[in-house]
Amino acid sequence: MSKNRELLSKIGLRQDGRRADELRRIRCKLGVFTEPDGSAYLEQGLTKVLAAVYGPHQVRGSRSKAQHDSAVVNCQFSMAVFSTGERKKRPRGDRKSTEISIHLRQALTAAIKVELYPWTQIDVYVEVLHADGGIYPACVNAATLALIDAGIPLKEYVCACTASLANNDVPLLDVSHQEEIIGGPTLTVAALPMSGKIVLMEMSQRFHVDHLQKVLDKALQGCKDIKSILDEAVKSHIQDVGSSTGWASTT
Amino acid sequence: MALCEAEKTFVLHGVEENFRVDGREREDYRPIELETNIVSHAFGSARLRLANTDVLVAVKIEVDVPYPERPKEGKLEFFVDCSANATPDFEGRGGEDLAIEISNSLSAAYKSPEVFDLTKLCILKGHKCWKIFVDILLLECGGNLYDAVSIAVKAALWDTRIPLVKSVTVDGNNVDMEVSDELHDCQKLDVTAAPIMVTVCKIGEQCIVDPNVAEELCSVGAVVIAVSKDKFSTVLQIGSGSLHPQTLLECLQMGEKVAQRLSEALTETLSEINPNKNQDVGFLK
Repeated sequence: MSKNRELLSKIGLRQDGRRADELRRIRCKLGVFTEPDGSAYLEQGLTKVLAAVYGPHQVRGSRSKAQHDSAVVNCQFSMAVFSTGERKKRPRGDRKSTEISIHLRQALTAAIKVELYPWTQIDVYVEVLHADGGIYPACVNAATLALIDAGIPLKEYVCACTASLANNDVPLLDVSHQEEIIGGPTLTVAALPMSGKIVLMEMSQRFHVDHLQKVLDKALQGCKDIKSILDEAVKSHIQDVGSSTGWASTT
Repeated sequence: MALCEAEKTFVLHGVEENFRVDGREREDYRPIELETNIVSHAFGSARLRLANTDVLVAVKIEVDVPYPERPKEGKLEFFVDCSANATPDFEGRGGEDLAIEISNSLSAAYKSPEVFDLTKLCILKGHKCWKIFVDILLLECGGNLYDAVSIAVKAALWDTRIPLVKSVTVDGNNVDMEVSDELHDCQKLDVTAAPIMVTVCKIGEQCIVDPNVAEELCSVGAVVIAVSKDKFSTVLQIGSGSLHPQTLLECLQMGEKVAQRLSEALTETLSEINPNKNQDVGFLK
């Protein structure tokens, strides 16, 4: 039994058959809904997330929230009650959801050129349909795509990824739910991959500080890989949308 | 969304002429897309897209103790979640009123034993039963929520597979049950009588079905009719307007006729669904 519960087997394969430095399959689509200004759907392994962006628009509710030099970024994270194995009681409002909402806002505010839209508000809503580990990274990645679909100016892509450490030695990329259960530390990093800046870093459990650098490097590499996947998706989406208006024929 | 007087008049005249803004007649529906079995760890699920209205329904099952007053019956519970993705108004607790309204109407529609037989969900009288959670997630609101939700719920229940109980042993107060290990050993629910809801909307002097958002804004009143086979299971008036009894009767007749057609179309569609066909499902399409 103990053998089955290893994070990394002797021949270097993980529980789901991936190698240590492999991401789960990412599939995504921009513009899934018509009502929001921007929307995106993203699958990372079995984790499935929908994101919607409204704005920039006039600040709703109390005007005192509005800022004279930047846009207010408002995030709400919510999980469908059927998204986890055990049915959840409430879709949002619990501590974990609130925490993820705050972290999302932190990561997205760092990437959006908020100074271009003073006195306005940008709403970002994410809905988790299926939770299978790495919820926060999937939300950040989906939100980035939705922001791009909404045409909101970004400094650059903001991507997030998790990394773990197996056998006290080998860094693992993109931790799944199964691996989260087995245990081991999880380092979550949200970064601006082109400039290599880190906008959010969170770690659970412990490992020696000597290992931090290589795990962090691995997570940053993951962010870069994700960025290229997202970039590909954005380009093909733009091509689809653009060609329907006839731009492709002019080149 | 806000409409000015001229726009409202335009919609109203369209309904009067039996030629609505999007070219439909008064009794026509917008195109409906339905997919089943798209939430992999639910017991059954369906996603329905009615033009711009998007609904995702997942069914989860748990073992529970029956209510003491109804020991032979299982439980059926509806939960509606209005996602903020649909509109920023639903942020926080903003969607709760609508959610409760819809889930209550569903509970009312499914209440009668002729509509949905809860005794089939009983495992051991007075001790154990299945509790079915029907969780509805509203992802986009493009008008006519009740109809969309009711069709999606029926499809999700059709898709639901309940594990087969092999044996139940009683040892004093302890009840042990053994569920079949075989993954495909399961029973399906009987949903032939599950109700379909039709919203009949009164605009000017005429009644229409499947109103879009603009038409909903023009309506003076609406009636939601839940039809199970050839009988009504619930009638519910929504909105703030008032209706004449004669109009109400006309609405009911129209609603029943349309529900009959809708129900037939749904049964036909569900029978055509091929679970073995491997294709890109869900939101990636």
